Parts: sequence; structure tokens; C-alpha cells
Amino acid sequence: MGKSVLNKKDKISHIDSSTIMFAGDSGDGIQLLGHQFADTTAIAGNDLSTLPDYPSEMRAPAGSLGGVSGFQMSFGDDNVMTPGSKPDVLVAMNPAALSVNVENIENGSIIIVNSDNFIPGALEKAGYSSNPLEDGSLSNYRLIPIPVNTLIETVLKDSGLTKTQILKCKNFYVLGIVCWMYGLSTKPTIEWMKIKFKKNNQLQQANMEAITAGRAYAESTQIFEARFQVKKSIVMPGKYRNVTGNEAVSYALIAAAQALKRKLFYGAYPITPATDILHILAKYRSKNITVFQAEDEIAAMASSIGASFAGCFAATGTSGPGFSLKSEALGLAVISELPLVVVDVQRGGPSTGLPTKTEQSDLLQALYGRHGESPLVVMAAMSSADCFDTTFEAARIAVKYMTPVVVLTNAFIANGSEPFNVSKSCKFKEFKVSNLPPKEEFQPYARDEKTLARHWAEAGRPGYEHIIGGLEKDVETGWINYKPLNHVKMTKLRAEKIARVIKEIPPTKIYGDQEGEVLVVGWGSTFGAITTAVCKARKMGLNVSSIHIKHLNPLPPDMGTIMRRFGKILMPEENLGQFRMIVKANYLIDPIGLNKTEGQPLSSEDVLRKIKKLFAG
Amino acid sequence: MDNLKTKSKYTPKDFASKCPVKWCPGCGDFAVLAQMQRTFANMGIPHEKIAVISGIGCSSRLPYYLNTYGFHTIHGRAPAVAAGVKLANPELSVWVVTGDGDALSIGGNHTLHAIRRNIGIKIILLNNRIYALTKGQTSPTTKMNVITKSSPSGSIDYPFTPLRFAIGLDCTFVARVLDTDMTMMGHVFEAAAQHKGTAFVEIFQRCLAFTNVEFDHFKNKDKKDDIMVHVEHGKPLVFGKNKDKGIVINNYRPEIIKFQHGKVPPEVVIYDETNTEMAYVLSGFFYPDMPVPIGILKNVEKPSYEELLKNKEDEAGSISLKEILEGPGVWEMN
Repeated sequence: MGKSVLNKKDKISHIDSSTIMFAGDSGDGIQLLGHQFADTTAIAGNDLSTLPDYPSEMRAPAGSLGGVSGFQMSFGDDNVMTPGSKPDVLVAMNPAALSVNVENIENGSIIIVNSDNFIPGALEKAGYSSNPLEDGSLSNYRLIPIPVNTLIETVLKDSGLTKTQILKCKNFYVLGIVCWMYGLSTKPTIEWMKIKFKKNNQLQQANMEAITAGRAYAESTQIFEARFQVKKSIVMPGKYRNVTGNEAVSYALIAAAQALKRKLFYGAYPITPATDILHILAKYRSKNITVFQAEDEIAAMASSIGASFAGCFAATGTSGPGFSLKSEALGLAVISELPLVVVDVQRGGPSTGLPTKTEQSDLLQALYGRHGESPLVVMAAMSSADCFDTTFEAARIAVKYMTPVVVLTNAFIANGSEPFNVSKSCKFKEFKVSNLPPKEEFQPYARDEKTLARHWAEAGRPGYEHIIGGLEKDVETGWINYKPLNHVKMTKLRAEKIARVIKEIPPTKIYGDQEGEVLVVGWGSTFGAITTAVCKARKMGLNVSSIHIKHLNPLPPDMGTIMRRFGKILMPEENLGQFRMIVKANYLIDPIGLNKTEGQPLSSEDVLRKIKKLFAG
Repeated sequence: MDNLKTKSKYTPKDFASKCPVKWCPGCGDFAVLAQMQRTFANMGIPHEKIAVISGIGCSSRLPYYLNTYGFHTIHGRAPAVAAGVKLANPELSVWVVTGDGDALSIGGNHTLHAIRRNIGIKIILLNNRIYALTKGQTSPTTKMNVITKSSPSGSIDYPFTPLRFAIGLDCTFVARVLDTDMTMMGHVFEAAAQHKGTAFVEIFQRCLAFTNVEFDHFKNKDKKDDIMVHVEHGKPLVFGKNKDKGIVINNYRPEIIKFQHGKVPPEVVIYDETNTEMAYVLSGFFYPDMPVPIGILKNVEKPSYEELLKNKEDEAGSISLKEILEGPGVWEMN
């Protein structure tokens, strides 16, 4: 904060949480602006949840509706579990960004626009026949037009930068304005700039001046009637950072290899929205982390299987279409019973579908999208930070049971971020590969009595030479055996091994009452939306509870009994009812579906509306 | 190699597994299996240091018959699995046993990229010019007009030459041998085993069931020396039963010249296995226009992928999760 507060009437309005949407051209630096603002609020002690939303084109035509890049986030006290659905504040850098988002804004919300960009050509591209800043169409909102281009050019006129370079700094000017509005410090971003622009002093200075000038502008011009003080969350003391789901997955893979004292092998092929895992791990390529960009999805999977055979803790990551390409090799991983983690960052499908948008539509593919009776463990992460716990647990199960484990995340939690407890995550428990029998007694398909897992004798270990492969194995010796009864035994053993993973599943946590009228059953990325909605509905006096399922195969052993204690089951999903089908088949009950396939995450409002409807009869 | 042989504590039998071999009697695959066992024994490579990876096809059953680490994977993907094995443990001697359909059709992409990266795997391609396990369909090396079950009126697929493919990709070791020439096969396998980077060895392999006469002319005592030219580094490209024919390059085109036995003219090409262009020219030799080259066509040194990777990984040292998570971007709450 500046030393002098010019605005003597400066009013502070205290709120529990706030939702803000930054929107602009995909070249405007919106994602960076959003990420920096997210970090700023987190450092200030807010809980938060973010939703980056960007176009699939490399660079859509400037100013076009299709080229609008958005970054929405909610921040505030402990109850923030979703990025919110209706922003209280919209920052629109051009007419297209306003046009795309204005319908989603409640009356009375704040709209900050870069008025310099509201010029005839740009207005036309956005479909405006008259300038919305002047024609009164925005009179229901608190409109704050700021000539950002003019201001930044004045501020940086002596910076020595070209006009294009100067205009690139405007996102930080805007960040300065927004920071002032929420009473947040610009210091974290200035510290970040010192590292980011370490090699370019001129850019570092310019960006620092931009954010400082933006804040000073907001402070001195009294453009805001009131400032907001957003309630902080109560957090455990310790070290934190903001993580996206893709970051959390990457960190968990590193943690798992470290916990296992094996080298991490990550084989992958670029695919949106999973590529960031490859980028993050590539950055940490080192003596204990091997990263291999394979020639295709199949090779990414196959090389990971090979690395697992040779003793690495191996993982691969992909998204829907890539997951399909991996399925044949996944069958090999199942029959050769090698530990492996496969991360599927789901996106809208089928085919290229909505490559940058979110969905939960690969569940059935993960469960059944293979040839033959091919059981494996499927888990789903519930939030960006939970991607760490889920992936780490997947790795532990993969090694303990000698099986591939599929981890489902999706574009929403993979790109979205939330605060992450670093201190807690660094204290992971070590886990071990089970001891090998003496070499004379070693049989590659001999199994542990409890887990039914076979031993992991990696290629290179003297005395344990053996051959594995895709052909059916003899139940005793592990040599090829095609006999009918042997295949029956092996098919059942593979299924039974995966079924035994239920021992790893903790009791299902019920949000609300142990029994009642309505139980909302969700899985994966919808955790925040469902929990928020149920919490609100309960405050309204509605008899509704929820459970959230992380283990999709095998299913939690207590799931059936819990569901039977409720009158109605509601199952919200970002697909046409895939988990509902599984639940129907497994428990012979008939849940009510709430299905969304808009490429946007299910919101708490979506769920709440449906809950209210159920109670209205 | 002789001194290695005397030092080795292994015999070829030590590398035979308990698994009964299930190939058609007289199949060329037996020769390859026997020679691999002999090579491992001769070179004294410990069992546990060998990993033999295969895809699908008759030849891909080979790992089951070796007493080493083995992985019989899926159709076409053996080079990709082998890449993972090699990167996970570069100390291993990693062999890929594959066929013309496996390596060049369904797995063409993986073969291509293994070679491009110069990853240290030894690709043994058993080329019988047919899909044999699925009972006889055209493969990428089946000749034009050949009648198979999938080409009852004759194949209209232009075949390609595996050696041209490998040399075109700058493969660092390229050789061709006959399944009937055990001495040459042994020599080539040992050179391949010692080679850093990708070794690509094509074996002309007879399939008694479908292509039993395909390579007969190479066995004909009267004709074979006129049909083949044995390529040897530093030696002139001379062939013929009476060693009276040689290869010369005239206006960029290879030609055959005749001379009196023992009097090799100076214009006959002295073969240089480090010369990619020369290897490429030879890889295009087809009988009857030109003799079919047999031997090591190319052998050059270039850092392998695993070496380059190890350098990068060593440079970075070891990284712990704590270092990463507590790096830039972290804050503390009290």
C-alpha cells in the first residue's frame, strides 16, 4: 500500500469471497495475468480455485470472438472450492472479451474495460453495432472504462521499448489496478518479475513500472467507489504454493519414484491438455528423472512398459484420443502385470472434439476400453491439489499390486489451480517393492498370497532371468499356456487381484447426514461444485448429503450400503451418465442423472438448481 | 573375437531356455537363434545383461528360447519397448528380434525413430518377405506380382528395401546376412553387439511354408558368387565365381566391369563402411542387374541417444521433490 491514501472517503467493503474473470485476446497475456493474480491472493491468505479457458487455435484472429482467452477464479475463505460461475468482476481487454462474457455477469457487477480497444473495427468484429460503453446497454453494471493503452504508453514512453513491447506490459498495468481494488500487495508479482526477467533488465523495469503505475492510477483517480477486503481462509502454518493439476501430477510422480527409491521414467507424446506434465517433468530431467518424448502415443506407452520391465517407476500421460491409442499396449501391461501409472487428462470428445475444454467422458474407456478381460485400477482426482494425493496413491497401488493404474483428471483441474500444502506433501511415506524369493525358487508368475501380485524382478538382476509377454501364461510356471482351464484361472486371477485393491480404499466420507432424502454421488473433478452446492442446500434446510468417489475400479466397498440409506440418488457428471451406468449395473439402483457436456465444468449452481428441483417434487 | 571365445565361461547351450522351440522344421529362424546363442556365449555377456525384445510374428517367438531377460510384446512395438528398457538400464545389451511385417509395416514408425535417435538397440530383422504366422499375406518386402492369400492375382504393392530405409535414416550400423551363412552371421552379430547406437541387421530368411524358394539362388553353388557381392571394409568390391567382376562408379552410376582373376583394376571401388553414400548406392543393388550386397554396409560412430541423455541427466545432478516444491513460487503461512 502507498503511504498516503488520497481518497479520504475510501470505503472498504468486506466480503467472504469474490469471483473475477480476466478476458482478452489470446495474445493479451491473460493467462499470465490470471496466474499472477491467483498467486497474489494465495499469498495474501485466501483459498482459491481457478479456471483458465483458452481457445484451441494457436492464435485466433485478433479481436475475434473465437480468440477470446479467459481466466476465471474465485478466492476467499475456506469455502472456496470452485472457480465460481458468475463473476462479480469482469476485466475485458477488448469488445470481443466483453461480448463473450457479459451474459454471464449479474446485474450490479463491476466491469473494467480497456476503453482504448473499443474502436469501430474491433466493435464490429465482436458483433457490436454501437459502442456498448456509450449506448447505455451496460447501465445495469458498474462500468469502469480505463484507457489502458494510452496510460501504459505514457508511463513507459522513456523505457526505450518499442510500441509493441510497451503494449505487451498492459496486462501488468491491469494487475496493478485489480490489486488496488482488492487491497492486495503487488510485491509478490514484483518479486516474481525479478526472477522471470532476470536476463532482461529493460523488460523487468518496464513491467515493474507497469504494475506500480496501474496500482497508483487506481488509487489516485478514485475510479472505484469502494475497495474490497476478501476474507482469508484459515490455513495450517507451513509452506504453500499454487499448483495446477498437471503440476500436482508431475510432483506426485517425482515423489512416488523417490518414495520407491527407483528412477522415474516418464514417456509421453504431446497432447492438449496433458502436455504440461511432459513440460514440467522435462524441466526436472536429472539423474533420478528420465523423460522421453516418444514418436507417438503408442511408443510413449510401450517405452514406459519397457522401462517398468527394466525396473524404473514408469508413467505416461495423455488425453482421450491418445488414451485410445495406448489401449492395445495397456492390454500388454495388464497381462504382463507390470506396475505403471497412466494419467488421462480428459477433454471434450470424441476425436479432436473440444481439445482445450473439460469433460469426464473417458470413464468407460478407462474401465473397459480394451480388448479381452482386461481389468485394471482406475482412480480419479477430485481437484487440482488432489491430483498429487491421487497420483501418489495410484503409484503405490501400481507397485503393490503389480498393475497398471489409470488416473483420470481433466482439463478443468489440470489447468486450474489451488493452494497446495508443500510441507505436508514433502512428508510422503516411503513404499517398497516386495522382497524377491531366492533365485532358485523364483517363478515370474508366482503370487503374493494376500495381494496376488507377482514379483517385480527387473531386467538386469542376476539369477532372475525370465521371459514375459502378451501370450497367456501358465498359472504356475509363467511359461506359455493356451489350455482352456489355465486361461479360466488366469482370467479370474487377474480380476481377483484388482478386486482386492478394495483393501486400499478408506471408508467413504459422507458430507452431511448418514442417511436421508437425497444423496449426491459424484466422482473426480466435480468435487468442489457438488460439495459447495450440498453445503448451500443444507443451509436452506434441504435434507441432502453427498459422497465423492475417487476409486472407480474397484469401487469403495461401503458405497452400496451408503446409497441404500437415502431415498434418492443424484449423480452429476460431465458426460451423458457413464458413472451412473456403472452404479446401476453394480448396485441395481436407479440414480437420477445431472449431465453436462458443454465443455465447461459443472458449477455449484447447476447442482444446487437440480437439488432444489428434486425437493420441489 | 577368438581371444574372447577362449576367455568366455559360457557355451551356446547356456543361453538356451527350457521352452520347446516351435518353428516349422527347416525354418531360417533356427539358424538365427543358434547364432544368437553362440554370439552371447562367445562374447561372454552375462545372461542378466541381455534383454531380447520382440513383437509379433514367427520370428518374435525367439525370446522364449533364450535363457536371458526377454519380453514378447505386441505387434510392431518392440523397438519402442526396447527403447524404454535401454533408457531405464543402459548397461543392458538390448536386442530386438522382428520380421518384415512387424518392423516395417505396423511398426515402421517405431523402427524409424529408434534408428533416427541412434538408440543402442540391435534390430535383427528376419526378412522372409511374407506374413507367415497369419498364413501368407503380402508384406512390405513381398515382390511385385507375387501370389499370396491376400493377393491372389499377384501383388501390386511396390516393395521397399529395408537397407535403403535404414541407411536413408543415417543408421550407424547396417548389415545384411543370409540365414545359411553362419560364419558371416556370427561376425555381423558380434560387430552389432559391440556397436554403440542402433544396429540394423537384415537377415534373408527362408520360410519353408510360403517363401521356400525365395532365397534358393543364394544357395546355388554354381551361381551364388555371381549373384552376391560380399562387402568388406577396405577391400575392393569384387565378385563372381572366378573373382573376375568388380563394381566401378561411372558418372555417379555403379557398373560392373570384368577382368582377369587376380588382376583387379584400380578403378574398382574399395569399400568404405563409413561412407554413407556408398552404402546407399549398394543398398539399391538388385539381381540380375547388379549383385546383391551381403555383409556390413555401414558402420560409423555417433553418440547414442542414451549417452546424450545420460550427459544431460548427469549435468542436472539429482533433484528432490523438496527442492522443487520449495523453489520459486513458494510462500510461508504462519
